[in-house]
Amino acid sequence: MNTIDNESLLWQVTQFIWHEAAILDAKEYDAWLDLWQPEGLYIIPIEDADDYAAVLNLCYDDDKMRRDRIKRFQDGFSISSAPPAVTVRTLSRFVIDAVDGNTVVVSCAEHLVEDKFGRQRIWAANVRYTLTSTDTGFRLQEKVVRLLNSDGVLNSFSYLF
Amino acid sequence: MNQLIDVKNIALDPDQLVHNDKIATPMYTSSELFEQEQEKIFRNTWVWVAHTSEIPDKGSFKLSKVGREPVIVVRDRKDNIHVMVNRCRHRAATVCEVHKGKTSSFQCPYHGWGYGLDGSLRALPNPEQYGDDFDKSQHGMLKLRVESYQGMIFATFNESVEPLEDFLGAAKKWIDLFMKQGGGYPVKTLGEHQFSVPMNWKVQLENTTDAYHFPIVHKSFLQSLDEEAEKTFTFLDGEGFVEDLGNGHSVMVMIPELVDLEEDLERKIPERFEELAQALRDEGYPEDQVRRIVRAVGGSGFNLNLFPNVACSMAFFRVLTPVAVDKTDIRHIAIGMEGGPDIANRVRLRLHEHFQGPMGFGSPDDAEVWERIQRGVDGGAELPILVNRGIEKEVPGEAGPRGHVSDETGMRAAYAMWKRMMQE
Ligand code: FES
Ligand SMILES: [Fe+2]
Repeated sequence: MNTIDNESLLWQVTQFIWHEAAILDAKEYDAWLDLWQPEGLYIIPIEDADDYAAVLNLCYDDDKMRRDRIKRFQDGFSISSAPPAVTVRTLSRFVIDAVDGNTVVVSCAEHLVEDKFGRQRIWAANVRYTLTSTDTGFRLQEKVVRLLNSDGVLNSFSYLF
Repeated sequence: MNQLIDVKNIALDPDQLVHNDKIATPMYTSSELFEQEQEKIFRNTWVWVAHTSEIPDKGSFKLSKVGREPVIVVRDRKDNIHVMVNRCRHRAATVCEVHKGKTSSFQCPYHGWGYGLDGSLRALPNPEQYGDDFDKSQHGMLKLRVESYQGMIFATFNESVEPLEDFLGAAKKWIDLFMKQGGGYPVKTLGEHQFSVPMNWKVQLENTTDAYHFPIVHKSFLQSLDEEAEKTFTFLDGEGFVEDLGNGHSVMVMIPELVDLEEDLERKIPERFEELAQALRDEGYPEDQVRRIVRAVGGSGFNLNLFPNVACSMAFFRVLTPVAVDKTDIRHIAIGMEGGPDIANRVRLRLHEHFQGPMGFGSPDDAEVWERIQRGVDGGAELPILVNRGIEKEVPGEAGPRGHVSDETGMRAAYAMWKRMMQE
């Protein structure tokens, strides 16, 4: 799949993003780690920036931080993750922003509902994926989640967006 | 010590609510008490509102809170800092809803009254209907008294309260030490995480000098560190202590060798900072400065709790805002070096993200247990909340009683002040 078939590209990236959403809701985090290129970055910014490394973010995860974070979720010692909130998310309004060689940049909207302690909270975000097409399918190169009210008062999260 | 509390007849009497080594359930649950606290505590003493680096230039402003009351913190053209209630003197609309920025004046969006950077009423459209004796100088925005120490800006509605430096008292020494993490540069804020927790504000007030919870609640954080760092954060059997500093303030020394960041710079650089040290050397920083900066990046080895709403905690400011009896907003403000090496500030940012905020490896676990307290106090109102740990073993410290690092000395300090203020 090294050359990108433009006809079905939107459908292919949509399938990939829905698959990712399903494994995040199912908390199949090992499978999620496998979706990443090792040099990939998972970023949840507070404010827009040209260089997210130079500013404070909600999270700025390279490979090591992603693995540490997943380990924290899985080991059962984190009281906020044991038990974690249950989540259901939908992603929609997909737009392909750019295609360059094996790289596709796609933006979409995300709605996530979390349930814990008998209360539900709703979060919304704009998400931008940078995907690399490989022999075995797409891999995450960068994922930037812009939460609504990201610079305002939030709650703590025991899951990923 | 284990007697129950007759909550039905307690009548919100501070004497019965705070009994030195235990407190009563209504402390976390009574809306009536919450209202009284707004008046007697948050309107009555110095409340932290901002850091000077958040309003760096003439005309810079930011929104903040004193208790529940919205205020604007602003620097005028002469570099004087003003704090005023964000409320138009006409019919009370907020005059500003932009979190931070720069301006030359504030104009109310409703009928257009215009205010200067010092809150004075400058102009209003069509003033003639008010008649000749309308005195603009009597209709400026409501201003608070403002004083600052080491860049920390505090404000109060109480015109007759003691000077800020007297109020801080023995805590000043610790603020001075805390600011050494500028590594020779001025300290500046680098952004903040904000989250809301369904709990009473005093649950958070207790937490900053509570070392007892650290190895339990933050086990998953500890496990994400390398061995050397994990050892640094395993301080319960070390030489640390917690001390009552008077006026409700307290300090908890977790890592004694990191109390004074400029002392003993020859000591080995921790492995997790070796890469940063090398990068600084490569940028041409001399070895002593490399060590000073690296030490600063790791943060201070203590937490300082300042009654009632701010803490200097290792490498950040922690600010609480009481919203309702069972709702509190928390801000964790990252700090770094103004004009310092970019690579060092970036490491600070990553360390902050690692522990703090909605996605950190520490804050969500704190938030969870705080919420559980608020859920727990819905049952067994007659049971006391214990803050008696270590009371028998306290010794005199430099400023006040000193206990083992895991003792509840800091909480007793805060509640003694709470009681004093509520009885005044
Ligand atoms: S409420 Fe501000 S001008 Fe009328
Ligand atoms: Fe904690």
